[in-house]
This record gives sequence, structure tokens and C-alpha cells, in this order.
Amino acid sequence: MSTIDVNGTAVEVDEEGYLVDLGSWTPEIGTALAKGDDCELTDNHWEVINFLREYYEEYQIAPAVRVLTKAIGKKLGKDKGNSKYLYELFPYGPAKQACKYAGLPKPTGCV
Amino acid sequence: MADFEIPKIKNYLEIPAVQEDVMAHSSPFIAKPPHQAGLGFPEELVDDWENKAIEKMGDLLGKYRSFQVYLDSCVKCGACTDKCHYFIGTTDAKNMPVARQDLLRKVYRRYFTFAGKYFPKLVGATDMTKEVLDEWYSYFHQCSQCRRCSVFCPYGIDTAEISMAAREIMDEVGLGQKYCNEIILKAQTIGNNLGLPERALADTLIDLEEEVEEDTGLPVKYPLDVKGADILLVTPSADFFAEPHIDGLIGYGKVFHEVGASWTMSSKASEAANFGMFIGSYANMRKLAMRIREAAIELGVKRIVFGECGHAWRVAYSFLNTLAGPFDFLDPNYPVPQHICEFTHGYLEEGKLRINKEENDHMRLTFHDSCNVARGSRMGPTPGGQFEIPRKIIKAVCNHYYDMAQDTIHDATYCCGGGGGLLTDDLMEIRVKGALPRMQALKTVVDDHGVTNMAAICAICKSQFTKVLPYYDFSMDMIVSVHQLVSDAIVLTGSEQEKELDGVEDDEAEATAE
Repeated sequence: MSTIDVNGTAVEVDEEGYLVDLGSWTPEIGTALAKGDDCELTDNHWEVINFLREYYEEYQIAPAVRVLTKAIGKKLGKDKGNSKYLYELFPYGPAKQACKYAGLPKPTGCV
Repeated sequence: MADFEIPKIKNYLEIPAVQEDVMAHSSPFIAKPPHQAGLGFPEELVDDWENKAIEKMGDLLGKYRSFQVYLDSCVKCGACTDKCHYFIGTTDAKNMPVARQDLLRKVYRRYFTFAGKYFPKLVGATDMTKEVLDEWYSYFHQCSQCRRCSVFCPYGIDTAEISMAAREIMDEVGLGQKYCNEIILKAQTIGNNLGLPERALADTLIDLEEEVEEDTGLPVKYPLDVKGADILLVTPSADFFAEPHIDGLIGYGKVFHEVGASWTMSSKASEAANFGMFIGSYANMRKLAMRIREAAIELGVKRIVFGECGHAWRVAYSFLNTLAGPFDFLDPNYPVPQHICEFTHGYLEEGKLRINKEENDHMRLTFHDSCNVARGSRMGPTPGGQFEIPRKIIKAVCNHYYDMAQDTIHDATYCCGGGGGLLTDDLMEIRVKGALPRMQALKTVVDDHGVTNMAAICAICKSQFTKVLPYYDFSMDMIVSVHQLVSDAIVLTGSEQEKELDGVEDDEAEATAE
């Protein structure tokens, strides 16, 4: 099992870099996970990450891309409520990359 | 963009010079013990796995006559060698279908044939060793079980069957693939590959209804678990989650609404896909199929319709009746099961759907035949319906349609590169390289006819293309759902679109009258 360093503490991640103990997530861990991919998190990234965490807490699953784009559109303005904007923030795909930094399990299936 | 070389699209598809073992490093993550145990497989590689593997091979040879025929009948004619998209994209010799089969055939010969038992070196027979097992794990996860090679084999040897058998043997000795096995377990316990629980699914559908009502001004419903509905729609869970899949789902709902169909989806059978087939496990495939039967009985439906999902349709069309039948409780006046494309096409033919093709005029379309629909099933009452029906739908809702080259479509279609349980990030290199032949064919129609978009009827194809198109300098949103095109062009009775359309016509009529 591999680990990443978060301010001197070793945090366990799986072979794909996703957090193993979902309950242990902190914003610092989120930042460290992003840093591992050379991604600097801005306020706009955090809007997405925070929404993912809220949604996950309620439903125990990441939101559908359409649910996410709608929610972000409401928060950041209609011009940002689309998947193009989300892909600019998370080039590897909002569903997978944003979930990783938010400490959510990786979405599986034909996605 | 990638830590491997992306194949170049040239003027025409080149059959590459063969290289040895250039993809030997490609190997997916191994399934975790809980996923193995959940599917009835050993948690990890068992002691004495060599003998257990041979024992399982013997079991499969006894069960499936086809398996033995495929292993015995190859004459090394070479017809298949240049037919696999993974070979063309990677140049690796072991990705030639005959070489892939030989990985298993050489072990079969050693233990199950006279010559191989006594003169192994003369007939290329080898012992079941760890080296062989590792090779199996690598190269049987470089096959998407698309069956293109079998179309060109004079003996009809189906590499997909051999690949499924290899994976089943590996699962049986405790060496499973993480992506497939984790997903199968989720679908068996939660109801779908995503692990989308009932409440999340219900709320996602309510959101969708709001979106469609905003757009059309009509209360188009996306019903879940409605007892007594006529039709059960079983669709891949990616349709709830991903783009462009969800635009297809919106389309199904609009068609159902317009023709006044009574329909529902089911939280229990909220997955059309059946990954049990990818790992060759009849028991797991059956468990997944039974959820559909149970849902249909519990909801009391009369018909089952499948959404846009490639291998789901193969399992549904070819195996559902023997896996989970008999379906004598359904209405015999309709196909069991029916494809959503058959459903929509029927109403289009009857002229019951009003279509405004101009809505799709910003697109010039082509169609990607999904391998499992093209080669593993049929659609509608006539042979070749699986090729014609989706194209007829596209042509009925779009003004500009162009086929890709003949040797890349219909039953000679190339796999998207992500089928058969390979649609996972740890296999990105093989996915990108395997997409080369399709990308080449697409580039040709882009250059020759100005094609802007490619439509498909498979969740895996849609996700795979979204991911790999950018590697070949195409835009990720080039891939669209067939029912997304229907959705954009359909003019629902009483909708905003109808008012807009007729309003303009009324003005024109008045102007002419004056």
C-alpha cells in the first residue's frame, strides 16, 4: 500500500492514488492529493470539491455530472455551469479527478 | 499528455511490422480479496494454482464444446493476424489473435492432447508456469472480446470465447481483475455498476425531469419503480451519470412521453451492462440477469426495453432467455427484450413522431457500430437490422449523415478500444493505441465530408471516445448518443419547441394570405 506525505504524516492511498480511509479526509489531504498531480487548487476548485463532499455525505455516492454542473452553475454563475468549465478545472475529468481530491471513492462502471 | 507514444493517423491504415513483447508491461490492477470472495472466487492466488488452473480448463472443455473446437481447429492460416485493433495500434506480436489464442492453446496441448503430453516441444506445448500465467493476465486483458477477428477466420474461431475462458480460469485460481470484479459485485449488491443507491438515483431523475420541463415546458417523466407500468426500461447506469450518455436517456424519455407509453425504470435492475460476460463467468452473469427478471416480475411489467448499451444488448438478445427465462409472463406481441432503437424506429416509421431535423443541422454525423451489437446480436425483424435501424434513426432526425469506410463498419466494425472490461485508467495505453483504426476511419470522413460528430449506442464506446478522442486531436464532445440526436430534433406535442415552430409558420401563412 502506498502513502503520500501530508505535513509530515503518511496518509494511505490506493494504487490509483485515491484515499483509503475516506473518513480521514482533511482539506490539507485534498491539497496534497492535488499536488501529487501537479494541480494547484484555487477557490473554484474548492467550490467543486466542497459540493462533492456535501453530496457524498447525503447520498454516499458522487453526483452525476449533470447534477454537478447545475450546482456549480448556481454557485459560480451560469457560464460556469457546464462540463467544459469543469474539464478546464479538472482536465482528467471532473468525476474522477475531483472525486480523488475530495477523498471520495473513484466512480466505477462505464464512465 | 501521455507517458507512451500515441500512434499517428496517416493517410491510410498501415499494417505495422511485428514487434515482440512491446506491450508485455500492460497489466491491469488485481482484484482485492473482498471483490474476489464476493463473486465466489478465491481471495488470492491459491496454493497449487497450476493444477487448479488445468482442472478448471478441463472443466470448461467438458462444458463448452466450442472451446475445444476453437483450440483444436486453428490451421495458422494467418487471416486473423492483421484484424485486431490492438495489434494494429500496438504492433505487439502477441496481440495478433492467433498468438493470443496460442497463449492458452499451448497449455491446452500440453495437458489435453496426446502429442503435447509426450512430445511437447514438437507441437509447441508448454507447462502451466507462473510466466505463462503472467502472460495470460497481461494479454487476455489486451483483448476487448469484440470478435472482429472471428469474422475473418475461415473456421470461425472466436478469440473472445478463449479470452473469456482464460479470465475465468484466472478468477478460479484467485487472480481476478480489479475493474471488472469490483463492478460486478457492486451491480449484484447495489443494483448497478456505479454503486448508485436508490435514493441518489431517484433524486438524479427528479433533477432530470426539472431540466427537461424547463427546456420543453412539458412534464416529461423519468419514472422509477412504478408498479403496473407496461414497459421496464433497463439501461446502463452511465446513462444516469455521464455525458453524453444522459442526453440519450433524456431522448428515451421524450419518445416514451410523446407516444404515451406507460414505462418505468427499476432501482433493482438499474444496470443493463453485464460484466459477468467479460470474465466468462456464467454464474455471475446469471446473477446479474436474474435481477432484471425479478424486477420485471415485482413491477408487473408487460415488456422489457433495453437502453443504449453494447454488450448488454448481446447478453439480452442472445442469452437472456436461457439465463433468466422463460419470460412467458411478458406480452408475446413484442420482442423479448426490445432495443430502444427498435422502439423509436417503429414510431418514426409510422410517422408518429414529429421531427425538426434542422435542430441537428450544426452537426454532420457518422455512426460507430458497437462491436457487441454488430457481431453479437441482431435488432428488429430482418437480418442486418442492428446496422440499419440506428442509421435510419439518425437519418430521420439529421440532414447530414456519412458512413465511415466499408471495412470499418457493420460486422467489420472496429472496437472503440475500451470494451470487454478494459475501460479503466490503468489500461489507458492499450485503450488509446487500440482506438487507432477507428480514429483513422473517423479522420477520413472528417476530411472528406466535414463530419463533426460520431454517434454510438453503447455506454462503453461513449466513455472511451470521450477519453481517447483528444489524444488524436479531436474534441471530446464529438461523440454523441443516438437518442441525444432524437432528443434534440423531436417536437413534442404542446412543447415550447412546437409553439416556436408553428408560430413562425403561422406568421408566414398570414403573410402569404395578405
